[in-house]
Amino acid sequence: MVDLKINGLHVSMPEGSTLLEAARFLGFPIPTLCHMDGLEPYGACRLCVVEIGREPKARLVTACTYPVQEGLEVRTASSRVLRARVMILELLLASCPQSRTIQDLASAHNVRQQRFRQEHEDCILCGRCVRMCKEQMMAGAIGFRGRGENRSIGTPFDLRSEQCRLCGGCIYVCPACQLRCTYNEPEKAICGGCANLSPPCIEKEPFDDMMCYMSPCVACEIPKE
Amino acid sequence: MRTDEVQGFVDRHVGERGGLISILEDMQARYGYLPADVLRAVAERTGQSLTDVYGVATFYKSFSLKPRGKHLCSVCVGTACHVRRAPMVAREVERRLGIRPGDTTADREFTLETVNCLGACALGPIVVVDGHYFSAVTTGKVKDILEQTRAGLDRVDVKTDRRIFPVTVSCSRCNHSLMDAAHPIDGSPSIRVTVSFKRHHGWLRLSSLYGSYTLECEYEIPMDAVVDFFCPHCHADLKSAAGCPECGAPMVAMIVRAGGIVQVCSRRGCKGHMLDLNGSGF
Repeated sequence: MVDLKINGLHVSMPEGSTLLEAARFLGFPIPTLCHMDGLEPYGACRLCVVEIGREPKARLVTACTYPVQEGLEVRTASSRVLRARVMILELLLASCPQSRTIQDLASAHNVRQQRFRQEHEDCILCGRCVRMCKEQMMAGAIGFRGRGENRSIGTPFDLRSEQCRLCGGCIYVCPACQLRCTYNEPEKAICGGCANLSPPCIEKEPFDDMMCYMSPCVACEIPKE
Repeated sequence: MRTDEVQGFVDRHVGERGGLISILEDMQARYGYLPADVLRAVAERTGQSLTDVYGVATFYKSFSLKPRGKHLCSVCVGTACHVRRAPMVAREVERRLGIRPGDTTADREFTLETVNCLGACALGPIVVVDGHYFSAVTTGKVKDILEQTRAGLDRVDVKTDRRIFPVTVSCSRCNHSLMDAAHPIDGSPSIRVTVSFKRHHGWLRLSSLYGSYTLECEYEIPMDAVVDFFCPHCHADLKSAAGCPECGAPMVAMIVRAGGIVQVCSRRGCKGHMLDLNGSGF
């Protein structure tokens, strides 16, 4: 067991657990976006930053990937942490304003405005779908491609992968494309950002009594000619 | 078939840490780019998912998924080169080749790319063509560089290059001299051997200057063809046990009169060669 202090409270955590688990064990809320139980921590969204150590050597780390250390002092809601979190939320809002998840997180942190150039990306590269596909669905059909500003998520060569079983897991876990997937035009009802994958209802006929992970789905309501 | 060849590349780096990058590097060197079927074959043979292989191949700038030209022309547009008018140099190269950075000319001769820094800022603006650095390039020099490249940058000047020296060789089995004074290449006696590939069988004369790659052959040997070499006197196969350090094709061994062994790669176009004057590797 490792003893550490979170916001002044002592806690003992088993070796190998993360700061996020320790904070949640004590009941301190830490917002997360790319973290998901059952998936390998990734630390992509930076939303779960906490401050560790003492001034002047204190620094910000991501709670979801940082392992607990003996005698560590953690602050989950210092002014520095809150400032950083607001900044991260503004950046996320600037890149992906349509996401309900991000909007909810922003409003929960009193972020009503963001000061950056508005973009309309449909992906924040959090890697949830990539990990879901690989770790839970054992498929590995989608992955990161390119780097820098050309980084994107998708299948190799932009072709439907042979590994993809159209399980829809990637869409299910995606924090950014929940709204987009219910476009009311069938040809657009494809979650290109996460998977280049069309919903099963469009692929497979008939779709009357098919179980759909996207219920209620606007695409299904549209009469087909 | 290409996909069968992949196995050889994979086996060479099996179990190595970061082996995937080495495999892809080898294949990039072999084909000039990474074709889709090769990437699929690598994924299959290494047991990694195609997604991961594709991710690595698209991450590194040195890998290309599109066919590249014979010559790779990189124009540095980093900060130091930029202030010395590298953008104008880049535009001039674009104009002369008629392509944009990242593209390849229709005749597959040139691929143009811009890079952000080559670490030789004091010499800027820098243009690198096939590993040859051109420093302080101006728009006026671009034409010369491209023409020089078309003529062949690797052609060595036999008279002035001091790394070049002649070797006298003989067959490794019958020890009969392979030198042919009647047909000089590069001004010195050539090395005459018999080669056979596919259904062709004929003579081949190599330059005896170590470092020169000039050769003459009865038949046109296609690029990348692996050719069998024979002694014209005893008809022994000159193939040695060693593999080419550059491409893995079998090496051809000949005895150097002054003592030692010289080995050259049997694949057309490959410049792999070894000179072992102690003969210990034989």
